[in-house]
Amino acid sequence: MREAIRRWLATLGGSPALPLTLDRRRIFVLPTGPGLAFGCALLAMLLTAINYTLSLGFALVFMLAGLGQVALLHAFRNLYALKLRETVPEPVFAGQHASFPLWLDNDASRARPALQLAMPGADPVTIDLAPKQSRAVMLRVPATRRGWLSPARVTLDTRYPLGLIRAWSYAKPAQRCLVLPQPESGRPPLPATAAGEAGVRPRGEGSEEFASLRDHRAADSPRHVAWKTSARTPDAPLLTKQFEGSDGGDLWLDLARLPATLSLEQQLSRLTGWVIDADAAGLHYGLALPGTRIAPSGGPAHRARVLRALALHGLPA
Amino acid sequence: MRWRRTTIARVAAEPLDQSRIAWLMAVAACALVPHGAHLPGWLIAVAALLFTWRLAQWKLGWPGASGLVKLLVVVACCAGVSLTFGRLFGREPGVALLTLMLVLKLHELRSTRDGHTVVLLGYFMLLTAFLYSQTPAMAAALGVSMTVITAALIALTGPPASPRALMRHAAWLMAQALPFMLVLFVLFPRVPGPLWGLPLDAWSGTSGLSDSMSPGSISQLSLSGAIAFRVRFEGDAPPARDLYWRGPVLSTFDGRTWRQGDSARRIGDRVPHPVPGRALGYEVTLEPHNRNWLFALETVSTLPAGVRVSDDWQLSARDGVRTRRRDRFESVLGARPGIEEWSAHLDAARQLPPDGNPRARQLAQTLRAASPADTVAAGLRLFRREAFVYTLTPPLLGEDGIDAFLFDTRRGFCEHYAGAFVFLMRAAGLPARVVTGYQGGERNEVDDYVVVRQSDAHAWAEVWLEGEGWRRVDPTAAILPSRIERGLADLPAGEPVPFVARVDLGWLRALRHQWEAANNSWNQWVLSYDQQKQRELLSRLGMAQPDWRLMTIWLASLCALFALALTLWAMRRSVSVDALARAWAAVDRALRPAGLGREAWEGPLDYAARIGRLRPDLVPVLAQACRLYADARYGAAPPAAAARELKACARALRRQRTPPHR
Repeated sequence: MREAIRRWLATLGGSPALPLTLDRRRIFVLPTGPGLAFGCALLAMLLTAINYTLSLGFALVFMLAGLGQVALLHAFRNLYALKLRETVPEPVFAGQHASFPLWLDNDASRARPALQLAMPGADPVTIDLAPKQSRAVMLRVPATRRGWLSPARVTLDTRYPLGLIRAWSYAKPAQRCLVLPQPESGRPPLPATAAGEAGVRPRGEGSEEFASLRDHRAADSPRHVAWKTSARTPDAPLLTKQFEGSDGGDLWLDLARLPATLSLEQQLSRLTGWVIDADAAGLHYGLALPGTRIAPSGGPAHRARVLRALALHGLPA
Repeated sequence: MRWRRTTIARVAAEPLDQSRIAWLMAVAACALVPHGAHLPGWLIAVAALLFTWRLAQWKLGWPGASGLVKLLVVVACCAGVSLTFGRLFGREPGVALLTLMLVLKLHELRSTRDGHTVVLLGYFMLLTAFLYSQTPAMAAALGVSMTVITAALIALTGPPASPRALMRHAAWLMAQALPFMLVLFVLFPRVPGPLWGLPLDAWSGTSGLSDSMSPGSISQLSLSGAIAFRVRFEGDAPPARDLYWRGPVLSTFDGRTWRQGDSARRIGDRVPHPVPGRALGYEVTLEPHNRNWLFALETVSTLPAGVRVSDDWQLSARDGVRTRRRDRFESVLGARPGIEEWSAHLDAARQLPPDGNPRARQLAQTLRAASPADTVAAGLRLFRREAFVYTLTPPLLGEDGIDAFLFDTRRGFCEHYAGAFVFLMRAAGLPARVVTGYQGGERNEVDDYVVVRQSDAHAWAEVWLEGEGWRRVDPTAAILPSRIERGLADLPAGEPVPFVARVDLGWLRALRHQWEAANNSWNQWVLSYDQQKQRELLSRLGMAQPDWRLMTIWLASLCALFALALTLWAMRRSVSVDALARAWAAVDRALRPAGLGREAWEGPLDYAARIGRLRPDLVPVLAQACRLYADARYGAAPPAAAARELKACARALRRQRTPPHR
């Protein structure tokens, strides 16, 4: 029931999809617990003032009632015209916390103190925005399973300044977080390559054929720098020669070759661990999953592509 | 970046940090100090002790009070309260218990919720402080206290800030709440209180005339400069010697004390007999004195609603006067009511104790003359002839006090003279009685109110004469006529004169008049703002027939209007008004009168180019200004410095905007 009301409220001012600017239709205000206690105390004080005909008692009670009204407006104003946007969350491994970055842009020349952001499952975060300040808030949700983790609806609320009134609004972030399979701990070493050599084989030796040139990276061996090319165009950045093995000496991480006694999740977990190991060792590696083959390569982009394939394997799109 | 992580459910249970605890201690101090004057001494000591302990815990790291200690304090203090006041409920015990709760709560500040409790208790304590004093000074002091408590409330909710900033914020919020307060104060329908039976101690500490008179009772009252009531006459005020404000009429005597008789207990809603003559209208604002009698000039001819009168013309309200009250009376000065008096009342007015004061009885026989009027005159002559002294400090009188006064001491105050005179008249066979009340009054030139003080308390006599009715006889006037003309200031040299009655301090008196006039307007318009004043004010504001429905409509509309105004203010898009933008706007203002204003769609560089074509003479300064603005706004130049230079450019442009003569 409460959830239904919240869902309905969240859509009242239009879609709560990000990015959005909090306008008056999106901001709700209600008294807090202390606010209700304050109201009851005011009633008791009013009765006392009437009973003892305390004129200044009336003045005090009315002043406090006015303060309540002002608190309402200020709480509303603390959220009003605040801008919310999101950025793409970084992929995380299962078992870690997914961090959904939510940006609060304060265009106003006044501070917005004591803003609280809460997402179901996440620890609420309280921040203070200085005038004209933009800040990102990380809403950290535990990532338990691989695949896409969708953010839940975010509640942004404030009780500032008096704590008597709560003003709140809803936002629905859309950017999902990719949760990668948890790397197996205590996993066996990388499997042998197709050539039968031991798993760790530095690249760039022996009989590969020159394949292409790419931008030089700090980790590249000086022996592979295309010095001749560089000598011809001294202003251009250094290039590195890339070789492609023709002997099938590349590392293939193949799901099918893993022991069938392992469950799919365990297999993916082991492959994920191997991808990390291979990447750390600077190897070229490819991935073979039923229905997906990623040719051997190296580098962060490749690693991300491989891990993504592992994370989403067998899951509906 | 510093994150403060909490959960929603835990917000209320969030532990309080040191600065918030400091604020809550300030709340307690602000709420307790106004009560210092009237709380019992032991409770003040306990509160101060607990407060200091908490302070030491906060500042010096002392251990806090354990649960057992707190329990013991609660039990001991409840016992103390019930011993001191005789009960645990009512006004005084209530305030005492609130005090106790507040200081004990300081010892269990664990979470924000405890903080909110302290704040609410603090607000409540401020309200109860008004039970004891509602002077403007108290109102101002409590206004400051309220700001402190509100600042503490902000500190509980908001991020850490300096005390100064929090106080400023609280004052700013209260300034915004002020219109609501004023509207509610003026328009909230006032219900005449009390709503329920008040505890007996609700009105302790009020002073005034009592329902009996024994030697010393009025002279003691005369030393007080407290105001008994204020009067506004419709038209000119009569001279002070004619102002006899009738109070309790005392017609039974037991040899020492005069008390009210049966005639005072026969009470009706209309004056016993019509009073012919020219009536004088006036309004009396009576200070609370916790008795139900009212004071009006002799002799009242018209009664307002809610005022009753006894057979001996003593006015009273249904209940004790516990709040300041206002009544409009009409009186005919010099009227002699009661030509046809009940014989039972006349008989009662001749009663004397069977024995005692033999010398006075003997003297009365010598006063008997051919006509009752001559007897009265003979009695007055006696006082004038013999060496009686009017003094505020008469010697003590023992048995047969009237004999002792008439023949031995001959020093006395008005109650001695009135009592002795009535005794003599009764002993001479004439119906007579003592009337207490106030005599005279001082006109305040500032607001034209006549102020009657406790020091104007007086007692005089009334003698019933066949065919004439009750005649007022004031024996004090026979001894010291100036007492009636000019008040107590003319007491013989060496007599203690009530401070407020002295005439020699002219400037002080003027100052006092100013102060009292201000106090009176405060009383009339703030403290006594009741149903009647509310109607009066609203009809003056053009609201015909103000009733509660109309008032509610106005109240709601005005509150809504203020809320709307505040909402609009809250929702106003905060236009960027930083220093740079202001300086840039100044450049525009400098050139706009010459028709060279910047178009809304123009960027700074386009603008410079366009004006450069129109007015080449402005180019050097304007180009610099536009470049400064563009660099600071879109580039990396520091905006504050740019804003200063930009302002200088604006000034230069203003001087140059009129084209040079060719």
